[in-house]
Amino acid sequence: MHADQESIRKSIRSYMIVGALLLMFTGITVAANQFHLAVPAAITLALLIATIKGSMVASVFMHLSHEKKWIYGALLLTAVFFVVLLFLPLLTTEGGIGTPTAQPARPEAHEPH
Amino acid sequence: MEIPYTVEPRPDSGLANGKLGIWLFLASEVMLFGALFSTYILLRVGAPEWPHGELSVKLGAINTVILICSSVTMVMSWASLKLNDFSKGRMYLLITIVLAAVFLVNKYFEYADHFARGEGPWHSTFLAIYFTLTGLHGLHIIGGIVVMLYLLGPGAGLWKRHPEQYANRIEYTGLYWHFVDLVWIFLFPVLYLL
Repeated sequence: MHADQESIRKSIRSYMIVGALLLMFTGITVAANQFHLAVPAAITLALLIATIKGSMVASVFMHLSHEKKWIYGALLLTAVFFVVLLFLPLLTTEGGIGTPTAQPARPEAHEPH
Repeated sequence: MEIPYTVEPRPDSGLANGKLGIWLFLASEVMLFGALFSTYILLRVGAPEWPHGELSVKLGAINTVILICSSVTMVMSWASLKLNDFSKGRMYLLITIVLAAVFLVNKYFEYADHFARGEGPWHSTFLAIYFTLTGLHGLHIIGGIVVMLYLLGPGAGLWKRHPEQYANRIEYTGLYWHFVDLVWIFLFPVLYLL
């Protein structure tokens, strides 16, 4: 228990450091927005910073840096499906899904004699 | 009859049941928000033009700072309980609830400003996806507050009977809370800045 408490005390320091870094990265994100970069560059930079921040939250606050393999397995599966989900709509725009096709000609109505 | 593996890890997974359960729940949450992020991308790529500067970056940034601080206080609540300091654990939990409430108050002012100008979800595609994403996120904040209030109030009695189990519940709530923070970390640049 004492060894456990010692590791928790060490972790508290890393929580504070990560908290400060997250605030700093938020400041950088807002500051970068003031430069009015071109849209592709702005998207890349903002999402890069958001990914770094998200990784810090997941690895330190959510303790993913030292978790059991079952959780890594579940998250790996989630990540695969998440990527599929993100790119699934592209199939609807790239392919012909959802576009109206030519209607078959309606058969001529026969006049009753 | 007691529920097994609430504190001690299962021999097969090496995890307490609650921990595996909350991670599977979070996996389903990833898919829920993933579907909406995917919708956002589809709408944005297909739109001839996309509005910029419709939202208050200042309010969005303040809310980001609030949620980051609440994540720190949440993990500090768990760490305090692991150090057998119940009063500090409760204090940090209370601060987390207050920060979450402040986040919602800020969001209320943002929403009220939009509606006062007649800019509801029906106004544009951008506002439709904005209200959907932030509304769903706001519901998650409310859900988190309800659980934390329970753990602060009636659920706190568990600390006297099973302190380890109570600390575990705080940890699982924290995992959920950090996920809510993580979603906002992506929502802020996507909706407010880009």
